[in-house]
Amino acid sequence: MNRLLLNKIILVLSTLSAVIGIGFLFWILATLTYKGVSSLHLSTFTNDLVEGGIRNLLVGQFTMALIASAIAIPIGMFAGIWLREYSNNSKLASVIRNLSDIMMSAPSIVIGVFVFALFVDPFGSYNGFAGIIALTIMMIPIIISTTDNMLSLVPKELREAGIALGGSKHKIIMQIVIKAAKVGITTGVLLSFARIIGETAPLLFTSANNQFFTMDLTGQFPSLTVSIYNLATYPDEASRELAWAASFVLTAIVLIINLTGRYMTRSKK
Amino acid sequence: MGGKLFKNFSFFSATLSFFILIGIFSILFTYAQDSIREFGFDFLGSEIWEADEDDEEIGIFGGYIPVIGTMLSTLIAMVIATPLAMGIAIFLTEIAHKTLVKPVSIAIELLAAIPSIIYGMWGLFYFAPIVQSTFGGQGVGLLTAGIVLAIMIIPFMAAITRDAMNTVPDVLKESAYAMGATKFEVIKDVVMPYSKGGIIGSIILALGRALGETMAVAFLIGSVMAIPSSITDPTTSIPVLLANNFAEAQGLEMSSMYYLALILFVVSFAIISVAKFYFLGKKAH
Repeated sequence: MNRLLLNKIILVLSTLSAVIGIGFLFWILATLTYKGVSSLHLSTFTNDLVEGGIRNLLVGQFTMALIASAIAIPIGMFAGIWLREYSNNSKLASVIRNLSDIMMSAPSIVIGVFVFALFVDPFGSYNGFAGIIALTIMMIPIIISTTDNMLSLVPKELREAGIALGGSKHKIIMQIVIKAAKVGITTGVLLSFARIIGETAPLLFTSANNQFFTMDLTGQFPSLTVSIYNLATYPDEASRELAWAASFVLTAIVLIINLTGRYMTRSKK
Repeated sequence: MGGKLFKNFSFFSATLSFFILIGIFSILFTYAQDSIREFGFDFLGSEIWEADEDDEEIGIFGGYIPVIGTMLSTLIAMVIATPLAMGIAIFLTEIAHKTLVKPVSIAIELLAAIPSIIYGMWGLFYFAPIVQSTFGGQGVGLLTAGIVLAIMIIPFMAAITRDAMNTVPDVLKESAYAMGATKFEVIKDVVMPYSKGGIIGSIILALGRALGETMAVAFLIGSVMAIPSSITDPTTSIPVLLANNFAEAQGLEMSSMYYLALILFVVSFAIISVAKFYFLGKKAH
């Protein structure tokens, strides 16, 4: 009887863990929604930070994340293509694969420190470009790993059919292999965008923050996440409310992009 | 012609991550030189962090407090997260009915997608008061940071462990069941041993992640340069010290900040490499 009892206990505990995990998710989402919605007004979206809104912060955060994606996506995809299509699984390929995986888990604050040393310190001022570079460095390894994994799922026969038709290697890759892996790669891109749009640590001392609306990437650049960090530590109620509103908007954006990515793969499979 | 260019650009892109890693290491090492030369390895054992009163460029800087703070908050997080993550993975692979697996998996993965700054906000305003009323202390401190850090790494650890457990062939489990084993015995004697590598790998990877986590801990650890004498005491960690004080530091203090960043980078690098090479196989996540 003893082992049956032990069995029961373990099964109950495991189920309880899952309940706890989901419980926290709902707890966090519920408080965010409750605090966020009650602090949100139409003017939150039309005013800049200096007037108590988040318009410039949203524009700034998206500008940096989008430009970073525009750089990281081609680089990451080409790197993934090299690993899967050109490297013949050489020793070098496995070294690069491992280093890129390690970079994916590197502490984001360290990347901020690195970019500060190279792109902020020499110029004497925080700037949007530095923020973009930090986000790009964070994004590249995620795109590499996605592309690498997705290309490995493309059947060899497709490539052989391309060769039989007389296609050159890069045409086969671009027109057959990438097309076959399109859905998976798009999902990976969306997930990695959702990840970098919510990053704070790499931006703290690269782009820093700006209260005003600006598109000038050579100076301090508005950031939603850095603002949340600053606002939350101010003692006045208005700043805290704005921090909750901003947190709610940020989480909604991240989760919607994330779910869109997941839905795409599911509906295509 | 286009083919050659295409191939070369692919190769250049692939080697880029290698150069970035080398770049990070050399930059941190170079900028930390002054501090390394001044304090050497004693840096890790000294708890004084003070700029000179007359000259801000010099002073005495030791990394003991942030290093200990990082280790303790990570330890608390691991102690809490590991059993819960194992439980969730077991639930998903062995217990849950088919119709439940998908929604629970998605919920757990969404928990992983929430930005860390949100955990910080929520932890500071909702969780810290609960910790304070239950365990005493000031609300912010090691324990609060550790618990919220645990909530952050659970989904990550659970997902990798689940994937490892999913690789166990059904035949193995079925033969054990046929011999009258209970579900727990199958998990303990078949599933766990078979997926051991993946499980340990996931724990180590989560450890690496917890060490470098900045924003959630920055809200919650209290950010004071003091050795904690109890588990609810506020202290600081390497990422938090960097987040709050790096940009304003100068001279030797700045160099000591780079030294701390270098230590964090090297330790994370080592931990992740161990997880990859020894436990997760060459072609893991």
